[in-house]
Amino acid sequence: MNWLTNFVRPEIQQWVRPKEVPDNLWHKCHQCGHMIFHRDLEKNLSVCQHCGFHMRLTVKQRLDMLFDDSFYQRIELPRVAPDPLKFRDSKRYSDRLKEAQGKTLEQDAIAVAHGTMGGVNVVVAAFNFQFMGGSMGMAVGEGLVAAAELAVLQDAPLVVIPSSGGARMQEGILSLMQMARTTVAVDRVKEKGLPYIVLLADPTTGGVTASFAMLGDIHIAEPGAVIGFAGQRVIESTIREKLPDGFQRAEYLLDHGMVDMVVHRHRLRETLVRLLQLLRHPKPPGEVVPLPREPILPVDGDGRV
Amino acid sequence: MNFLDFEKPIAELEGKIEELRHLSDTDEINIADEVARLQAKVDKLLKSTYAKLTPWQKTQVARHPDRPHFSDYVAHLVEDFTPLAGDRAFAEDRAIIGGLGRFRGRSVMVIGHEKGRDTESRVRHNFGMARPEGYRKARRLMAMADRFHIPVVTLVDTAGAYPGVDAEARGQAEAIARAIESCLAIRVPLITAIIGEGGSGGAIALAAANTVVMLEHSIYSVISPEGCASILWRSGDNAQDAAEALKLTAQDLHRLGVVDLVVPEPLGGAHRARNQTMDALGDTIEQSLTALLALDGGVLRARRRDKFLEMGRQGVH
Repeated sequence: MNWLTNFVRPEIQQWVRPKEVPDNLWHKCHQCGHMIFHRDLEKNLSVCQHCGFHMRLTVKQRLDMLFDDSFYQRIELPRVAPDPLKFRDSKRYSDRLKEAQGKTLEQDAIAVAHGTMGGVNVVVAAFNFQFMGGSMGMAVGEGLVAAAELAVLQDAPLVVIPSSGGARMQEGILSLMQMARTTVAVDRVKEKGLPYIVLLADPTTGGVTASFAMLGDIHIAEPGAVIGFAGQRVIESTIREKLPDGFQRAEYLLDHGMVDMVVHRHRLRETLVRLLQLLRHPKPPGEVVPLPREPILPVDGDGRV
Repeated sequence: MNFLDFEKPIAELEGKIEELRHLSDTDEINIADEVARLQAKVDKLLKSTYAKLTPWQKTQVARHPDRPHFSDYVAHLVEDFTPLAGDRAFAEDRAIIGGLGRFRGRSVMVIGHEKGRDTESRVRHNFGMARPEGYRKARRLMAMADRFHIPVVTLVDTAGAYPGVDAEARGQAEAIARAIESCLAIRVPLITAIIGEGGSGGAIALAAANTVVMLEHSIYSVISPEGCASILWRSGDNAQDAAEALKLTAQDLHRLGVVDLVVPEPLGGAHRARNQTMDALGDTIEQSLTALLALDGGVLRARRRDKFLEMGRQGVH
């Protein structure tokens, strides 16, 4: 407005107001309650240095930690018709969507990127739990289809990293249909002889677990991740008793034969790289002497060559 | 006959008719007239009530205890039904029944949820809520049908997959995912009919079909209205609102392109004329089957896969 309000007042306020401290400098570990300085947490890939608790990652953190030199290309995903059912509970779904988009600066709950891991070309589809609990609607389905198509096109393995509460209720039956849709998508990758690896991050539940997330060639889980079909509250109210310790945790799934391994986040990249290299370069690195083989020649009707 | 809340006026009238019939000694003609008049009133009321059922009322009709169940359809429509049991790994799950039989002259594999009729059978069938073994059995039977070029018909009627500790321990999610995969892999016709409740993952596990048929007053949803209400409204009391919002009726789902055919139910719902309902569904299944049998196995599979790959890509139909 004028010189006084625009210049003088902020100047004075700057003097009077205590220095603003960003409130996210310190993080509290959900498991042990220790306060962790944000730089330490970042260095430690969001794993608590006191108790080893694996915190949820943003999509950017996830992609940065996996690709070679944190270098990758994100692809733009096709748009879908928003709010197909005109769904409204206490709030409009379209408003919830806009809110989530504003908060995360993402279109929806999935990001697709390609790049290399240990020199192997890879396509990654990573869920964004911050976006409406990573729930799967048409846009997420579209993302997985696009990722699968890109993998086939590039003749590259597909790595999917779910972190999702399940189907997105606000898209009703169309979210349920994404279970069948994503199943076809990842099957197409597998049919081409390409590896399909699922990296189960906390949490992976509901319709996401009961479709593409349990169909990998290899299942890797992060320590402590909740992985299951039914929600724990639902189960508790059905059986009317306390759930066993560690129920639906990654280690529980390992014990029950549902995942191949539980891998600490610090060793995740090297594990993935090793697996991808083993799957993509089946030949031993040493000198390979091919066995002498009779040339196969066309045979005519009399059996003469 | 069990009556639903909103059927009370109908129940009262039918009670009156019943009373009059018992009084048939005196003034027979007058009573017959009165009965006919009341019956006409009942029909009118049924028609007007059932013409504009709300999604919540449809949910109640879909769960009606007298509605025909899997076993009723099989007894009525399938000859030589031979149930096949077990997942060959852990157990026999009676929440899902499957077997070979002859449907209108053709060999078919019929698989579906059975909720049970009385307390004892409901417990035996676990109220139609399957554990992993049920889905693994379904997968085994689908693969067998594929091997012998026998079409598969699935009848869906479940509140959902069983949410229990044992089910989780044995991989409920994986079992459902593999069942969906099997639906999408086989090279024989696959027809699904939603005959009552199509509850979430437990339903789609048997329903990724070439043709999906729904009875007029059945429902199919990603979550039960009660479950949705308790999450989004934070109160189960809002189940009616959730039922509206979820668009779970056959009519809505047909509009959304998720369901191919809607089979009309007799006046007052399937439970009022069970045989008529089962015949009507049988006719629709037979027509769909005939059309699909004209196609080559590879085409059937590819079309089924393409259909589900497109779900949501174009938005709403």
